[in-house]
Amino acid sequence: MTTTVLEPAIHGDRVSLLRVLGPAHVWALGVGIVLVGEFTGWNFSADKGGALAALIVCWIVGLLYTSVAMIDSEVTSTVAAAGGQYAQAKHIVGPLMAFNVALFLVFAYTMLEVSDAILLGDTIVAKAGVEGLTHNSFIAATIVVLAWLNYRGVLMTLNVNFVITAIAYISIVILFFSVSPWTQGAVLKLNELVTPGNALPYGWIGVIAAFQFGIWYYLGIEGTTQAAEEVRSPARSLPYGTMAGMITLLIAAAMTWYVCASLMPWEYLGITYYPLWDAGKLTGSPLLENLLFIATLLAALASANGCINDAARAWFSLGRDRYLPSWFSAVHPKYRTPYRSILFLLPIALAFAFIADLNQAITFSILSGVLQYTFMSINIMMFRKKWPLGTIRRGYTHPFHPLPAIVLFCLCVVTFFAIFLGFGSQLIAMTIFYFLISLWFHFYRYKFVRRGDQFTMPWPKPQGY
Amino acid sequence: MSRYTPPEQSKAGQVFDIVVVVVAIFVALWLPLKLGLAGAAKSIDALDAKTWEALGQNPTMAAIWEKLGYTPETAHDVIQNRFHYVIDWPTLIIMAAVLIGYFVFLFRASDREYRDVINEKFDDK
Repeated sequence: MTTTVLEPAIHGDRVSLLRVLGPAHVWALGVGIVLVGEFTGWNFSADKGGALAALIVCWIVGLLYTSVAMIDSEVTSTVAAAGGQYAQAKHIVGPLMAFNVALFLVFAYTMLEVSDAILLGDTIVAKAGVEGLTHNSFIAATIVVLAWLNYRGVLMTLNVNFVITAIAYISIVILFFSVSPWTQGAVLKLNELVTPGNALPYGWIGVIAAFQFGIWYYLGIEGTTQAAEEVRSPARSLPYGTMAGMITLLIAAAMTWYVCASLMPWEYLGITYYPLWDAGKLTGSPLLENLLFIATLLAALASANGCINDAARAWFSLGRDRYLPSWFSAVHPKYRTPYRSILFLLPIALAFAFIADLNQAITFSILSGVLQYTFMSINIMMFRKKWPLGTIRRGYTHPFHPLPAIVLFCLCVVTFFAIFLGFGSQLIAMTIFYFLISLWFHFYRYKFVRRGDQFTMPWPKPQGY
Repeated sequence: MSRYTPPEQSKAGQVFDIVVVVVAIFVALWLPLKLGLAGAAKSIDALDAKTWEALGQNPTMAAIWEKLGYTPETAHDVIQNRFHYVIDWPTLIIMAAVLIGYFVFLFRASDREYRDVINEKFDDK
């Protein structure tokens, strides 16, 4: 097979990624990755703090992600390159930060893909109800088939994502309107299930602890930026697709909480792997039960699909800039996809799908996500300082700066504390890993990197340099 | 400023670097699982009387538990399995120090590398 290896940021007449995507694909990529969070994961926040805590973090973490979307839209509409936040870090902070951000992305998306595959396998096994049937074959089939789909082309991948994400989303809307949300007592019984005595069973410390899994309502929306080199009009499509995706998710999260908290006790809601499917069952309607079962599978597929897409592009970008061996920067001559990166990450995802359980895989993903959001809050401050408004052309300028950055940073600190309350040792282990691999990069690997070639934007010299 | 020309990396060197990264990924993610460090501390606050009332469930909640296939006996371990949030200050301080140290190193080392990039990029013009 003939392959072409791209030189760092020099696209020229070499094989490069195809610009074939529009705003709908950007929406499908972002919402497709995230929507699975409504089907599983968010409800573990009820376990950590009670049903009301899950609602409070739904809103507050929604604020965190609105800040992420606003900041990301401005920077990405200006730095439109594959790798998303990686390319931003490279141009604004420096190579070592870019290397770390790419690893955050790869870890967050690969572990999210693992979570999706576990969910899909467990859901099928639970539905089948056959003794001795395990989820392993379903997990392996999901990861391999989706990797193949990604290998074959980005347009087909995201067209598939658009359709299955839309079906999964519509199922939440159908469930919501099927249970007469304007009437309490007939189907929904919120007043009897969330009472003053059990709304916050652990008090406010439980609300803070719930932030850990509250992140899961929206984790991955920032993945829209990974498509920057493949959208026809990045300055328009990326902010539009990202903000539309965020609005879509805020509505879905609110509907999901309301229906689930009105149908099951918080103790059960906090441990089930399938809150929406269970909600469908508890309505007593076989149609809704089957619809939500299918939607859970579709949401998991859409998310895993988008995650493979994003993780591979971040890994590809590292190879293209020689931060990792340039072997990874090969683009398939026929399908124009970063196929070596896709294939390299495949066994890693498979391995963790078999050794981690669902909430451990989710936590791995959340840890890398929060590290990345911490970077984003500082990154936007540096971006505005180095290139103040008016010095370069921005596709979108987010309002109220620096308020979103400050809100984002503060909420990241709270989330780190929440992670400490359950997974502190894991957070320390992962941070030590990032620190050690940073030493490896800074003192060894960076010697293979061409210095000036990393800065590819047609901008003036940053202020202060 | 003179333009930096990186050394060419041999194929064996590339393979070695890939192995280093893969091993590091597995150690970072797999070791906490293997050592049992992952996962929050929950424990069951056992009750003698296993009734819906003793478990704090009103008739609506009890009816839903039963619809889900639970009895007071089987629901007991689910309902009474609780978090016990205790702030372990030494661990919290270590975690904060590791995080702050990591980010400080990251930004300072990145800035040194970034200055080389900017100097080479803009001094060439």
